[in-house]
Amino acid sequence: MGLRNFLDKYHKHFEEGGKLEKLFPLYEMIDTFLYTPGKVTQRASHVRDEMDLKRVMMWVVYSLIPAVFIALYNTGLQANLVLEQMTSPFDFPGGKLPIESWRLDMLSALGVGFSPNSIIACMLHGALYFFPVYIVTLVAGGIWELIFASVRKHEINEGFLVTSLLFPMIMPPDIPLWQVAIGISFGVVIGKEVFGGVGMNIFNPALMGRAFLFFAYPAQISGDKVWVAVDGVSRATPLAEVADPALSISVSWMDAFLGFIPGSMGETSTLAALFGAAVLIIGGIGSWRVMLSGVVGLVSLSALLNVIGSSTNPMFNLSPMWHLVLGSFSFGIVWMATDPVTSAQTEKGKYVYGFLIGILVALIRLVNPAYPEGVMLAILFCNMFAPVIDKIFIQANVKRRLARNAR
Amino acid sequence: MIEHYLNLFIQSVFIENLALAFFLGMCTFLAVSRTVGTAVGLGISVVTIQTITVPVNNLIYNNMLKEGALGWAGLPNVNLAFLGLITFIGVIAAMVQILEMALDRFVPALYTTLGIFLPLLTVNCAILGGSLFMVERNYTLTESVIYGFGSGTGWALAIIALAGIREKMKYSNVPAGLRGAGITFLTAGLMAIAFMLFSGIQL
Repeated sequence: MGLRNFLDKYHKHFEEGGKLEKLFPLYEMIDTFLYTPGKVTQRASHVRDEMDLKRVMMWVVYSLIPAVFIALYNTGLQANLVLEQMTSPFDFPGGKLPIESWRLDMLSALGVGFSPNSIIACMLHGALYFFPVYIVTLVAGGIWELIFASVRKHEINEGFLVTSLLFPMIMPPDIPLWQVAIGISFGVVIGKEVFGGVGMNIFNPALMGRAFLFFAYPAQISGDKVWVAVDGVSRATPLAEVADPALSISVSWMDAFLGFIPGSMGETSTLAALFGAAVLIIGGIGSWRVMLSGVVGLVSLSALLNVIGSSTNPMFNLSPMWHLVLGSFSFGIVWMATDPVTSAQTEKGKYVYGFLIGILVALIRLVNPAYPEGVMLAILFCNMFAPVIDKIFIQANVKRRLARNAR
Repeated sequence: MIEHYLNLFIQSVFIENLALAFFLGMCTFLAVSRTVGTAVGLGISVVTIQTITVPVNNLIYNNMLKEGALGWAGLPNVNLAFLGLITFIGVIAAMVQILEMALDRFVPALYTTLGIFLPLLTVNCAILGGSLFMVERNYTLTESVIYGFGSGTGWALAIIALAGIREKMKYSNVPAGLRGAGITFLTAGLMAIAFMLFSGIQL
């Protein structure tokens, strides 16, 4: 318990009147991250199980672990596959591999090479793209959290731990790090802190940050050049391949299900999303109502439009089974749409909210040529209408009860 | 033909939303969005006024103001298009007056809550904007009915969503300096980002 004693010893400096009083939120964050908080919920609260409120967010982090590993592997795999094809040294400008020199130095120091068949090589190569983005997210977002926490005297909540892990997952591997910092700053400050912090925001902060980057710097976050980590290599995501009449889909359904396709770093794997969904539902954090109705919405509308068919729009020919595994739908519906703060709060409202997301995702993929993918904006759009959906169901409930008690 | 009208309706509600794509009618949008009930009332008023004024203005413009429109009166060379703006405002003001009297008579509660913002609908840029878009895009009479109804509905949808968010924000701990108009402006901006979902759809 040396660490406990260490924390207790320095506790007095962070209390009111201590010399590091302003940094209390930082101390509190580290303390409660490592140990059970001093103040825990003793009696039943609105979370009906053994978990303390602080720990809710940790469950989300656990549910994300397989997705993170697949993100590391797939990012490296996509890069190594491209490198493997560049067999002759003349493919490389200046005779060098087209990746930044520090990554090259690090990988050759570790001596793992660039074989796409080696899991270790792929994981390490992917980690060199994922972790810089993750660290920048943690530092840039964490600084804002700390500023707001110490000025406004609230605690740094585990909520940021989740946001900061979700945010790198929805970034393309090639994203410049300064843009990551801008995106997470927008998400944390405008998306969350101006509303009063965790639990009071209207829009999902990670998605807001990405939407901001999407419209501010479209070249670095969409298009064909960003999905493979190697510089200057263009490879379309499977959804973009389907949308373009000149191309045909180049991956198998199984690869798309497992997540070995080009895309944002963490969002490709439906398998990891299924695992995450199971953990979230067992932990009682994510709502199965949202996930189920979202899937039903996407499948029903895409099946309907698939039956109608279209001679000019190749997206119409994509079967609903493909819709479920391509793009970021599985990631979005499991981790983004179920966010207990920004989704609809009423049980019936969750069905409507999820269904609307599924419908909108199908609509954007099929009829909006401006975006190949619409999960991000569909969820933000439904975040916007969640309070109204709740209001309608609450009013209906009030009316029904009034009618019942009037007798 | 039905498909064309349906496309026009969807376009005017979502893709070219008056409040969140063109930022028209902001003063009312920000000021009368405190509760959902009031927002619904105002939304219905705007839909009603839009559905009536856009076609009426369309008739007046096409039959009296447009260049050569007075041919039926024996004046084929007269161009009164410069009177468009003032005529539209006149029509809108008259419609708002009638709606005000109707609300006062039939829904006095809503009439009191809307207060000064009901007569101010006369100078609401969303409503004048609807008529001006109608002229610019050469809508026919049927198209202008659909457009008036659709653009009003889009505006109503946006203000109801904002009111829902603001009701939820009563429980938020917004920094003191941002409370009221500040956070409402920010929210409207974030809503506009979400509404970008529909931009780019070609119908």
